[in-house]
Amino acid sequence: MASEKGVMLLDFWVSPFGQRARIALAEKGVEYEYKEENLRDKSELLLKSNPIHKKIPVLIHDGKPICESLIIVQYIDETWSDKAPLLPSDPYQRAQARFWADFVDKKVFECGGKLWKLKGEEQEAAKTEMIEILQILEAQLGDKKYFGGDIFGFVDVAFVPFTSWFYSYETCANFSVEEVAPKIVKWAKRCMERESVEKTLPDPKKVYEFVRYLKKRFGIE
Amino acid sequence: MAGSGNSEVKLLGAWASPYVARARIALNLKEVQYEFLEEQFGTKSELLLKSNPIYKKIPVLIHDDKPICESLIIVQYIDEVWVSSGPALMPADAYDRALHRFWAVYIDDKFVPSLFGMMRAPTEEAKAESKEQALASLQLLEEAFGKISKGKPFFGGDTIGYLDVALGAFVGWMKAFEEMNGFKLLDDAKTPLLCAWAENFCNNEVVGAVIPETAKLVELAKVMQARFKSAPPAN
Repeated sequence: MASEKGVMLLDFWVSPFGQRARIALAEKGVEYEYKEENLRDKSELLLKSNPIHKKIPVLIHDGKPICESLIIVQYIDETWSDKAPLLPSDPYQRAQARFWADFVDKKVFECGGKLWKLKGEEQEAAKTEMIEILQILEAQLGDKKYFGGDIFGFVDVAFVPFTSWFYSYETCANFSVEEVAPKIVKWAKRCMERESVEKTLPDPKKVYEFVRYLKKRFGIE
Repeated sequence: MAGSGNSEVKLLGAWASPYVARARIALNLKEVQYEFLEEQFGTKSELLLKSNPIYKKIPVLIHDDKPICESLIIVQYIDEVWVSSGPALMPADAYDRALHRFWAVYIDDKFVPSLFGMMRAPTEEAKAESKEQALASLQLLEEAFGKISKGKPFFGGDTIGYLDVALGAFVGWMKAFEEMNGFKLLDDAKTPLLCAWAENFCNNEVVGAVIPETAKLVELAKVMQARFKSAPPAN
């Protein structure tokens, strides 16, 4: 795998983590080769590029692999630094951006998973948790255009892929994101006006189909 | 603003916390004057709750009244603000930075839980599993060290870097667990590079001042173990 020039992304269509990398690459106008992985039959390249976690996304730049979506996004931001800065230049603002992207990482995906995996009281508890998470993020967004302020930034990239899962969360757990976090919904629409986001995010109905497939596979209903 | 004698720096922490140690080591390496505000074990101060309302955890760095939370984020912040003081903690090359970040996340997600898992494990079986995971993690870190250090004493090369701080802050607790459990986590036979690295790291003056004495940590661990056994673990 010595110095094969170019950029490749090992990914899976519905993965919000992979979508972060795709959006960042699109914002920067970077040309790359997209390789869809079959997660039930992982490629040699994936296993070789991410031997520790064996997970997507993996960005391979000139033959060198970078793993973990937020680390990939920072790498993209630092390497193609001539346009569309994703992280602010001020150290305090950068620390804030990292904190909130990390918050999204720690909270949203896992809680979202509980919404479609669990039933009854446990699901209710997860719903309460998700509403709290969304409201915390809503408070952080405030009246800003993006989490990054006027500039579409690191936290926006980190969180926006999960917006295509809102329909699934709402349908499985019976609540409305718009009711509990209207600013987040408006922000999501603004993000969708960006080509990078619009071209990357899947149709929420397709995501829901995928969730239903997972439920069947795991015997949940 | 770098190195300004007028800027006020406070660190909310606790002497035994390895996460707090990361922040203290970074501050010391950058020769930053700061006030260390010690939280009392088992309680959370008003200032902590106000400064870190989301997680209510230490460390919190407060710089000119602005709080920064999460130890790894704090270390990067310190590196970026006091940029002209001492060598950079983050490598210059973007790919090397990605490697440092990857392994720091690995340490937090895989190594640390298995390390403290040995203390919290409710059964001998669970304890053995944690021990195996901890040793396996260290083996991977040993390999990573070989590739990243390129023959130099630290992950950061000639000088202590971000990843050295991320892992090194746990050396005190590693020694405590070795003593309590009667086996080596860092073994000359299996992880010779990390053994040498740990010695170099602890020999550094500013680090030595922060890493607590093994005996004190062992004592604290026994107190904490008794608490875990008598009550459900809370965070």
